Amino acid sequence: MELHEKKLQFLEEMANKIRRDLIGALIEAKSGHSAGPLGMADIFAAMYFHVLNHRPSQPNWPDRDRLILSNGHICPVQYAAMANAGYFPVEEFKSTLRKLDSRFQGHPHRGSLPGLETTSGPLGSGISQAIGMALAARLNGGKYRVYCLTSDGEHQEGNTWEAIMFAGKQKSKLNNLTVIMDRNNIQIDGFTEEVMPLESLREKYESFNWHVIEVNGHDIQEFVSAVNEAKAIYEKPTVIIAHTVPGKGVSFMENNYLWHGNPPGKGPENLVPKERQGAEALKELRTLQGQIKSEHE
Amino acid sequence: MLNKNAKLSVKIFAQDIEQKPTRDGYGEGLVFAGEGNSNVVVLCADLTESTRSEAFSKKFPERFFEVGVAEQNLATIAAGMGISGKIPFISSYATFSPGRNWEQIRTTISYNDSNVKIAGAHAGISVGPDGATHQAIEDIATMRVMANMKVFVPCDAIEAKKATVAAAKLWGPVYLRFGREKMPVFTTEETPFTPGKAEIFWESSGKGNRAKKPQAAIIACGSLTHYALLAAKELDEEGVGVCVVNCHTIKPLDENTILEIAKRCGAVVTAEEHQISGGLGGAVSEFLVKKYPVPMEFIGMKNVFGESGEPKELMEKYGMGVKDIKNAVKKVIARKK
Repeated sequence: MELHEKKLQFLEEMANKIRRDLIGALIEAKSGHSAGPLGMADIFAAMYFHVLNHRPSQPNWPDRDRLILSNGHICPVQYAAMANAGYFPVEEFKSTLRKLDSRFQGHPHRGSLPGLETTSGPLGSGISQAIGMALAARLNGGKYRVYCLTSDGEHQEGNTWEAIMFAGKQKSKLNNLTVIMDRNNIQIDGFTEEVMPLESLREKYESFNWHVIEVNGHDIQEFVSAVNEAKAIYEKPTVIIAHTVPGKGVSFMENNYLWHGNPPGKGPENLVPKERQGAEALKELRTLQGQIKSEHE
Repeated sequence: MLNKNAKLSVKIFAQDIEQKPTRDGYGEGLVFAGEGNSNVVVLCADLTESTRSEAFSKKFPERFFEVGVAEQNLATIAAGMGISGKIPFISSYATFSPGRNWEQIRTTISYNDSNVKIAGAHAGISVGPDGATHQAIEDIATMRVMANMKVFVPCDAIEAKKATVAAAKLWGPVYLRFGREKMPVFTTEETPFTPGKAEIFWESSGKGNRAKKPQAAIIACGSLTHYALLAAKELDEEGVGVCVVNCHTIKPLDENTILEIAKRCGAVVTAEEHQISGGLGGAVSEFLVKKYPVPMEFIGMKNVFGESGEPKELMEKYGMGVKDIKNAVKKVIARKK
């Protein structure tokens, strides 16, 4: 289904707002991950502002779709998307992330915030938990769908493959489960294919009896179409492999694994010195990497 | 003498007392809990028969999930179900679950406050011939140290059933510890069982020609509760009075009962089929050292692994026999000022 042009424009603008908010929060926090959250902003905008059937004012609504974030370290993008969707104030997120007594923990904790479906951080346990929720829906007669966002790097965890194997066995019983993999090719120690090769991911999933769709993770129309395709697959669970650019939207962070685990102000200085990284990142996002002239220039 | 209020079996010291492993009680408890609440589900990692999950799987096939040899997946699928309104019990051997999947239990069950019950079968060295790889002797410690986790170690098959049924009704993460080997069924349906409440099973009376008033308390759990009662009976005949406390809930610890018994007896021996560090003995001593320090001795594994052998041989070789408990009682009494 084609998205209305205005809707698509709204989602793209929301993704940019999410990027600016999460960069603002990371600058204030002085620690946290930059590349992964920026790379997933388009998908999170699409999820919280189009795909998910949810009610931010009623976070425990039983029929809500579930979104499980398996790679918890990219939580700034989830917090920013949820804040903009109305789950909690954007300003609280931007000013308290990772600080003492904050609801915005460095890695997501279910008990700390409304609307968080689970706790994550240690990698590789999200798909299994999503399976548990999807099976519970079957037992309860629940109509909701379960989406698990996972990273490529955590496909080096044994627990991830245990989950993929189990889900393949369940066949149509788990057609209410969609896994969305952030295929950004980086992890802390370097490029995935050098640290521990993952390819061929498509063939691996297919051999475990999953339906596989590959998309450009920055093309919201393409991503939404893939989500709709997954809903129409009856006989098995679906994985959407979303090819993304880590650090997307901030040119000096893009595709550089050294930005995986650093906030602006603490990243590599090959392109921008530390003291200017925060301001430069925000400026690039405001001007869409120079496409729009800043009002202050 | 036996505490009448504990309503223990009349055959408690008889040779022909019924023998059953505690895992059998788990299996019966699962079916009972499943009948009482349709949200109870069971997941197992390729050990359906030996963890006694089989009866549940046959009676409620739609609520039983075989995950194969994958304990990390076992814990994390259950975590997802437990925060979606289900009451999952996960069955495996304790060395594998909560052994191999400790971090998943920590993050996705305990910190996540997911309503999952972890059943570790084949705990202790009385697993026997399978050897040390299959004898869990660290599991009480690794579960007790986790915030938000409750820990039950039932002393016989009847108490195991009660603990399983109670766990289904209690909100939140629970670890249940079971053994492989047959052992006397010495409690009865009428024996009190309240989570978090230790029970006095034996107390020397100080009357007639019998032993004096209690000079030491034996606080025991699991298979060693019956051993402690055998030791108490022999000590009584030798003129040494003791109390025996069945401490089936390691966490939360019944501090009131333990404090009261420590004050009354003035010395404590703990007994468990587990490493001395971090288990029941650790829990009791951490508490008493703050509130009422008394001389203590510890029966358990002494920082070593087990080995293959017959259960009874192993219990004696590793210092957990009736004789060892008696010696520890005499030693702790001698240390009293």
